[in-house]
Amino acid sequence: MTTRTPARSRRSAQAPAPDPVPVPEPAAADGHGAADELPLIQLLTPEGERRSHPDYPLDVDAEQARALYRDLVLVRRVDAEGTALQRQGELGLWASLLGQEAAQVGSGRAMRPGDFAFPTYREHGVAWTRGVPPINLLGMFRGVNNGGWDPNEKNFMLYTIVIGSQTLHAVGYAMGIQRDGSDDAVIAYFGDGASSQGDVNEAFVFAASYNAPVVFFCQNNQWAISEPTERQSRVPLFRRASGFGFPGIRVDGNDVFACLAVTRAALDRARTGNGPTLIEAYTYRMGAHTTSDDPTRYRGNDEVELWRARDPLARLRTYLVREGQADDAFFAEVEAEADELAAEIRAGCLALPDPHPLSMFDYAYTGPHAQVEAERKQLAAYLESFNDEEVAR
Amino acid sequence: MSPTAISESPSTAPVTLAKALNKGLRRAMEQDPKVVLMGEDIGKLGGVFRVTDGLQKDFGDARVIDTPLAESGIIGAAIGLALRGYRPVCEIQFDGFVFPAFDQITTQVAKLYARSLGKMRVPIVIRIPFGGGIGAVEHHSESPEALFAHTAGLRIVACSNPVDGYWMIQQAIESDDPVIFFEPKRRYWDKAQLDETAAPSYGFDQAVVVRPGTDLTLAAHGPMVRTCLDAARAAEEEGRSLEVIDLRTISPLDVDTVAESVNRTGRLVVVHEAPVFFGLGAELAAQVTDRCFYRLEAPVGRVGGFHTPYPPSRIEETYLPDLDRVLDAVDRAFDH
Repeated sequence: MTTRTPARSRRSAQAPAPDPVPVPEPAAADGHGAADELPLIQLLTPEGERRSHPDYPLDVDAEQARALYRDLVLVRRVDAEGTALQRQGELGLWASLLGQEAAQVGSGRAMRPGDFAFPTYREHGVAWTRGVPPINLLGMFRGVNNGGWDPNEKNFMLYTIVIGSQTLHAVGYAMGIQRDGSDDAVIAYFGDGASSQGDVNEAFVFAASYNAPVVFFCQNNQWAISEPTERQSRVPLFRRASGFGFPGIRVDGNDVFACLAVTRAALDRARTGNGPTLIEAYTYRMGAHTTSDDPTRYRGNDEVELWRARDPLARLRTYLVREGQADDAFFAEVEAEADELAAEIRAGCLALPDPHPLSMFDYAYTGPHAQVEAERKQLAAYLESFNDEEVAR
Repeated sequence: MSPTAISESPSTAPVTLAKALNKGLRRAMEQDPKVVLMGEDIGKLGGVFRVTDGLQKDFGDARVIDTPLAESGIIGAAIGLALRGYRPVCEIQFDGFVFPAFDQITTQVAKLYARSLGKMRVPIVIRIPFGGGIGAVEHHSESPEALFAHTAGLRIVACSNPVDGYWMIQQAIESDDPVIFFEPKRRYWDKAQLDETAAPSYGFDQAVVVRPGTDLTLAAHGPMVRTCLDAARAAEEEGRSLEVIDLRTISPLDVDTVAESVNRTGRLVVVHEAPVFFGLGAELAAQVTDRCFYRLEAPVGRVGGFHTPYPPSRIEETYLPDLDRVLDAVDRAFDH
């Protein structure tokens, strides 16, 4: 099956970045080209070693580093519980973020409270950083609603399933910010697959044209279900930005420090009137696309193992231990908290009530609509007729 | 022209539908600073039909936004603006150009209120000049209202005259539901007296009997209302009294008004430019049959476009319902 060229040492990223002319590389026979060899912003190596970058300075004290680690662990646990609940028949589907925790937590924690995030359906980690209760994410996967939360409560849009649609919503929201004269900013999340969508490209055009305060955060997790990134693009995704007239950056998506620093810089750039940025968070979808997918049909284990060595949690843990910033008690405490959170999610999921059948009519329109009212009445009478029959028997 | 819609006030000169819409937009923008207009060529040019003429000059380019030529982008961005508290009014330049935005309209705009369990409103108005009869090239003459009416969450309306245009565009902007607002492009230059100081005569959900009659009901919307009024006048000379209903709203559909009329006249012919196959006429025929079965003297007739691509303009007059085709259907209803 597929094999991946081993990456150069991540240390190479620290060398002055030669900027090769972006001549399209032909896709390799194994579906992977030279993309893995390009420089990327990295502040924490897979070995847990701290790096600095002149453009992206980041002061992280021990408390902040521990907080980020806690986020990563809890988010991974939320995700694991989602997968488990699906396997046990409690959810119809789950889209796992396994492997993408650092990209989501780093970018999410870069946001200020007034900033706004537009997620795909996999941004459970971003939701966590915005303070959206994990149980809220389960409703649509369990089939009790199709979203259900108030986007304005935590500045976190409903999950969007049609690929790339939300990037335009993000740009429109950013246009609203401009009209309000506010210094809020927006992040549009999407993936490598979505980069092929017309909406994403239109979002780039609109954002560039209006200099909108939006950050396009692309998690390149290498796979759009079964299609490798090379099927979507003949150039590294971050280079797409230059054609639209704004900067593109590739960051190590498994490095929470780098994702935090790069996203914060891009958000600040946006909020100070300097327009959009495309961030390509180079990461990997360790699990299946969703619980309905079987990745063994299209990718090899060697590639998965390569990325396992770049795990976002392990490197931060190594760093915390090496720097003496966390002890066993801390790690035990976080594990205990994760267990507690998982139990809470499980209990909350099982307690989610099925909606009443007639509730499907409730929010079709904001006010009365003759057709909806007539059909609601007809269905209510029909359902009621079963009760009458039971009484008659 | 709708007799009930003509103002008594003699103080103002008659205005065209395009100008009435312009005035309605202007008034909505004056009353609510959150109303913003978006579209292609709507700024300095004032729109290809001049419906937004002068508005960018008076309200600035932050509120009258010339967009890149990307319809999905227009509607997608409008959703974000709505989430931020704005009330975007989007102009789709021509009916046939709405389809790049069809995805955003049907999968996003229509569903977000329900998906958020009522917590997020999407008060977007999507203005679409529609219909044929102007000798245009391909994709400039279509009537896609049924495609949108099939999607729950959208309100679909069509104005037929300047007075309705003035009030209905304001009602559409006030609506917290998304509204697809169809404007009959070949009637843009029809004129009527408009009294801007009056209150709107009709609710947003209302069909209106624009010509009373006793023998048969003609139901139409948008450009076909005038055609039906002409047909009713011609029929009168033949001794037939036709009632004409301007449906005005397609979703919801004011079946009450039509059924009340058909229960009096016993006959119904539905007229629209859109193809009859799976069209508004089929829906209305089914609902009226359901409600007026024993009062119907003839099957419900339908006059409309054919199940073909919209034809080249040199033969569009054959495709489009005209007075003769309407009266032919009327004859068949009486012959039954």
